[in-house]
This record gives sequence, structure tokens and C-alpha cells, in this order.
Amino acid sequence: MADFPTAVVDRAIDRATDNTMVLNMGPQHPSTHGVLRLVLEIDGETVIGLKPEIGYLHTGIEKTCEAKFYQQVVPLTDRIDYLCPMTNNLAYCLAVEKLLGLEIPPKAQWMRVLMNELTRINSHLVWLGTHAMDLGAMTVFLYCFREREDILRLFEMVSGQRMMTSYFRIGGLALEPPLRFFEKVKKFADRFPGNVDEYENLLTGNPIFMMRTKGVAHLSAENAIAMGACGPTLRGSGIDIDLRRDAPYTGYENFKFNVPVRTEGDVFARYLCRVQELRESIGMVQQALAGMPEGPIKADSPKVVLPDREKMKTQMEALIYHFKIITEGFTVPAGEVYQAIESPRGEMGYYIVSDGTAKPYRVHMRGPSYANLQTLAKMCEGQLIADVVAAIGSIDVVLGDIDR
Amino acid sequence: MVLAPPITNIEELKAHPALARLLEWDQSVPKSVKFDRDELTIWVEKETIREACAILRDSPDCPFNYLADLTCVDWYPSQPRFEVIYHLLSIATKERVRLKVRLDVSSPVIESVTSVWPSANFYEREVFDLFGVRFTGHPNLKRIMMPDDWEGHPLRKDYPVEGYR
Repeated sequence: MADFPTAVVDRAIDRATDNTMVLNMGPQHPSTHGVLRLVLEIDGETVIGLKPEIGYLHTGIEKTCEAKFYQQVVPLTDRIDYLCPMTNNLAYCLAVEKLLGLEIPPKAQWMRVLMNELTRINSHLVWLGTHAMDLGAMTVFLYCFREREDILRLFEMVSGQRMMTSYFRIGGLALEPPLRFFEKVKKFADRFPGNVDEYENLLTGNPIFMMRTKGVAHLSAENAIAMGACGPTLRGSGIDIDLRRDAPYTGYENFKFNVPVRTEGDVFARYLCRVQELRESIGMVQQALAGMPEGPIKADSPKVVLPDREKMKTQMEALIYHFKIITEGFTVPAGEVYQAIESPRGEMGYYIVSDGTAKPYRVHMRGPSYANLQTLAKMCEGQLIADVVAAIGSIDVVLGDIDR
Repeated sequence: MVLAPPITNIEELKAHPALARLLEWDQSVPKSVKFDRDELTIWVEKETIREACAILRDSPDCPFNYLADLTCVDWYPSQPRFEVIYHLLSIATKERVRLKVRLDVSSPVIESVTSVWPSANFYEREVFDLFGVRFTGHPNLKRIMMPDDWEGHPLRKDYPVEGYR
């Protein structure tokens, strides 16, 4: 491939030249979705260079993981990409299960798919609401958060927490879903496609929204690959890749869905990809509800999975295993895995190295926002300052995921 | 489920497109290999890493054109201390491969792959920041997570998890 783009887009923006000025954007700017700081070099209203400055939310989660037992890392993973906690739980649990060689029962797998797709909808709703608000459409934000509230209630029902759920555990799920849970999910899933129509009525044909997004922040397919874009950013540039379909995990091979791909590569294309994903996700929720198998929600592996509360009251072994897992953790055979899954933002990868003890030797999270952020400089070259806001919204950055 | 033992014989793994391409290019490049838990790892020397990446990227039948991840592991106190890890993905065939380079603590310096994939930029800065591995030929090798005036490299194993430094 001779035409692979290799130009490194990292201008050292230190001071202005005669014709340009340097503008600081963030870290407290409302459109930067957290604490992202951008240094822009501008000529009038046109952006010549852009440099993201990150690290304001760095909390050293990777280092903390090395001091915890394997099961204690699960709550930390919630806090990485705080808009899709269950996706992070899943990626981490799958990685450790792969290290252990653990089989997960079908019901736990289907529940994982169900919760994951609800998480994707939740995350896309926050993105849609804030992205539209950045571009001046206030109503969509209120509509999106109305539906998001319903999903958060479902999360609370199933895990006891609205946002930091930690619902997936190594070897299965934390709890059996409560009574009437599936009924409520069904009610939501039946209603939701109508809500997506509502959002689309407000945005898709809206001339102001189209002017702000069509042809803005263009990213070609070659540049998207070279700059490491992933998820809807990559699919919006015409690359047909979705890990749920291409490298199925946790039972995604049993589900039928389409992968929306657009070739335009602009903000509007990425918007259409995500809105279509909302519809595909709700379809998968319906499939999961219809085909939910019966059976246990935890793997049969007493040294790894905590025993039932009831068993602990009657069986000596269960009590011993519980005590041992809580106080000493469980050992994981030495080795390493890289488990990548499709988070709402793209490829979420967990690289875990085990040295055979009860604590991970190294945990590395490959965050999709971190990868997508690098494309921003390429997208914004030659655009107007106002379009930078549209571009940031279109790659859907979550700073917790970037800084870790 | 019982884990299958890892395969380390280079002859048995020749069918994998990444290994086949590297062997075709130069028999001596893959120093050792391991196939464990459905993932292939190839160790290469640090002098050849950039060229090996470029060869794999431009491989005609299975181009590993996407750098999925780049990170590092500190094996302190054993030697060689650092291992830099490259996870490559082929967008066309969805194959994955992991390249590894061992680095000695006396000179934790390696050639940058930013000329192969511009996306390596942030990942290499992160490894530089948190492990102190330097990448020659990187366009802007500065700290990315920690403040510019920070002392030490937090993800090294001899750096304390808590308390005062």
C-alpha cells in the first residue's frame, strides 16, 4: 500500500507567527465534555493547527489495578468510561475469564448482551443530547435525558446503582435480575423506536443542523485508519468494522443486526451511524428478551465465583470458599490476553498480564476515546472555530476514558 | 475448561499470516513465538521493529494496517526489564497479532513507529511518560498524562503505589 498516509500531525504550537494567533480552548469549556484542553492556532476564524492537551483526569487506575485482587478491579473499570460502565465491566471480565479459561452459562451471556446494548443506548443518548446542544438544539437534550432516565432506572433495578453498576463479575453476573425486570425492559424497548423517530424529526432533516454538520470535519478512510480512529468514527468514514460481528464475544454470534456504515466521513455521517445504531441496539434488546435462556447466572467454579448467600448459611465449603476469595483472592494462571470489545465509542481493549498470583501484574486499557482524539487534529485542519465544537461532539470523547 | 498448553514451535505456527510474512521477509526477524489462548505473540529485536511493522502494514494478502494498541510492561527486577508491546489488527481480515520487543534498563530506547502509523503518537508518549522508555524519531516526545515537571515514571514497578515519593 504505497498511499498509506504517514504525515504525523503534531504541530508544535508554541507561539503565534505574524499571521496567526494561538487560542486556548478549555479545559473548562462546556463543549469539551469534561476537562479537555485544546490549543488552537488560528488565522482569523480558520483553524490551522490543533493540539489536544490531556491528563487533567489522570487518576492512575492502571497502577491501582496492580495493587488489587482480580475481583477488586471490577469497580475501578466502571470509572474509566463513566458513560458505559457495563461495557468496561464486560471487557475486563472477559479478559480475566479468558485467562482463567472459564465457561460462562448462557443466561449470563444473554444478560450481558442485553445490558450491554442498553448501555450503548444510554451512552449514545448522552452523546446525542450534548452534541445537539453544542450545535444549538436544546430540545433534543431534554428528550434524550428523558429516555436515559428510564435506562438508569433499569440499571438501578438490576444492580442497585444508577451509574457505577459493577454488575458483571468474573464468572457471570452479580445478581439474578429482579422480578418484573424483563417486563419493564420490554415496555421500554417497545416504546423506544418511536422516541428515536422523535429525535430524528428534530435533527435529521433540520436545515440548521445539516448546515452545521454536513461536509464539516471531514476524515477520509485512509486517514481514519492511519490516525487510529475506531467505532462510529471509523464507520462514518466508510470502514465496515464492528467487533460484535467480526470477532463475536459473549454470545453476539446468536444475534442478528446490521452494522451502519456511511462513506461521507463528516460529522453528519457519524451522527447517522450512531442514530442507526440506536435502532439496531434496541432490536438486539428485543432479541435478547425473546430468547433469554433459563439457568444459572454464574459459572460453576467455586474457587473463582462467590457462593450464594443461602449456601453459605448451610454449607461449610461455601463458607470456606467465600472466606478465601475475599481474603486471598484467587490465582490466575500466568499468561497474557488482549480482549477487545465494541464499546459505544469503538474498540475497548483490555490487555492483562498475569504472573500466576492473585493480583494482575499489569492491566492496560486501550480506550476508544484516546484513539479517536488523535483524529481531531486532522479533522479540524482548515475548519472554522465553531466547527471544532461540532468535531469534538462527533467523535464522542469521554475524558475518563482518555486520562484513566 | 482446561487451558491448552502454549505452542512455541515456530514451525507449527507458520500458517499465521503475520508470521509467514515476517519469515518471508527475513528468516532471522522472529526471535521466538508463542501461541497462547488463541493469541499469537512474536518477539522481535528492537533494531528491526520499525521495519517489521512497516512490512506487516504493507503485507499484500493480510495487511496489518491498524495499530490497535501500544503499551509496555515492566518486569523489574528481572532482566531485560521492559517489554514494549504492539497489538496489530488487519482491518480487511480481522486477524490480530502481538509484537514484543525486550528492552534492557541500561538503554530503554527504541525506534518510534510514528512514521508507520501516525496513531502511535499518543501511545508512545504515554509509554514514555509512565515507563520512561524513549522513542527515537518521535515528533513530540513529551509527558502526556503527568505534569511536565513530574519526577519519575509512575507505572514502573519500583515506583510506590501510595504514600510519598
